[in-house]
Amino acid sequence: MNARLVPLAGFLLLVALLGFGISWMRENRMSEVPSPLIGKPAPAFALPLLADPERTFGAADLRGKPYLLNVFASWCFACLDEHPLLMAEAKKLGIPLVGFNYKDEPDDAKRWLARFGDPYTTIVADRDGRVAIDFGVYGAPETFLVDAQGVVRYKRIGAITPIVLATEIKPRLAEMAKGTP
Amino acid sequence: MTMFIPRAPRLLAAVLALSTALPAAAIDVLPFKDRAEEQRFQNLARQLRCLVCQNESLADSSADLAKDLRAEVFEQMRQGKTDAEIKRYLTDRYSDFVLYNPPVRGGTLLLWVGPFIVLVIGGIAVATIVRRRAAVARTGAPTTTTPDPAGDDWT
Repeated sequence: MNARLVPLAGFLLLVALLGFGISWMRENRMSEVPSPLIGKPAPAFALPLLADPERTFGAADLRGKPYLLNVFASWCFACLDEHPLLMAEAKKLGIPLVGFNYKDEPDDAKRWLARFGDPYTTIVADRDGRVAIDFGVYGAPETFLVDAQGVVRYKRIGAITPIVLATEIKPRLAEMAKGTP
Repeated sequence: MTMFIPRAPRLLAAVLALSTALPAAAIDVLPFKDRAEEQRFQNLARQLRCLVCQNESLADSSADLAKDLRAEVFEQMRQGKTDAEIKRYLTDRYSDFVLYNPPVRGGTLLLWVGPFIVLVIGGIAVATIVRRRAAVARTGAPTTTTPDPAGDDWT
């Protein structure tokens, strides 16, 4: 090979590397922290209900049935992105949608729900964010899909979009329905 | 600087106080019992990544979650947990991502040995070029005056 072509080949190699990096970054969101909880039992939690802080609700009440746990807060703008979708689709999924009110003032949360609607089956309030740390929550919205055995099957970081619902959540629900007769 | 002291000592004091107060945004009031405990805490917090602002360490970040995690780290230190146990607690929840120094495993092997591989390749390249030039010098072929028969002016 002509030695003159070596630098050009090196340059083309770097261009190819750059191209690979860019295309990889478009498919994989680098800032997303992979959840080590997937495939493991969801943390046992018991939190006060938003509507009635005297009563607690938690993993024990949900045992034996799959559910979605949706981390939301009144201060969370991205939560409003997925909110209409939850309002329209949550009831059709056939599993409980548990609201996880994250580091929020209960009054603010109630006002938010009154204004935009309440798609949740039950809402628990984690005011100090302690349980959220156990779930590896680092922002809102985040959504966990937990199966009937209490194992975390899937985590969505960021708003649920119609595409995410159709391609990531619904197929898993169908699979889980098949697995447990 | 000194000329300001008689005239505006208060202003200077205020400016100094402000300039030192700014980076203190990420510092919470944690009741350390001694200097050693504080140093251990700071050292640990610097090795951990803030999940919200991912280019900041837990020690530097003023994100709300970072504050919570600092409090958690402090509490666990008080409970007598070792640094390794505290890191384990965090990686169990947030994966290896929270560690600025990722552990050596299959997936991170390239990260650790990659630079050395590149260094070896570079070393081989340099050695080859030097040897070739030395050989040219020994045979007495002038490298600057006569152009390469292939028209190559690189070597």
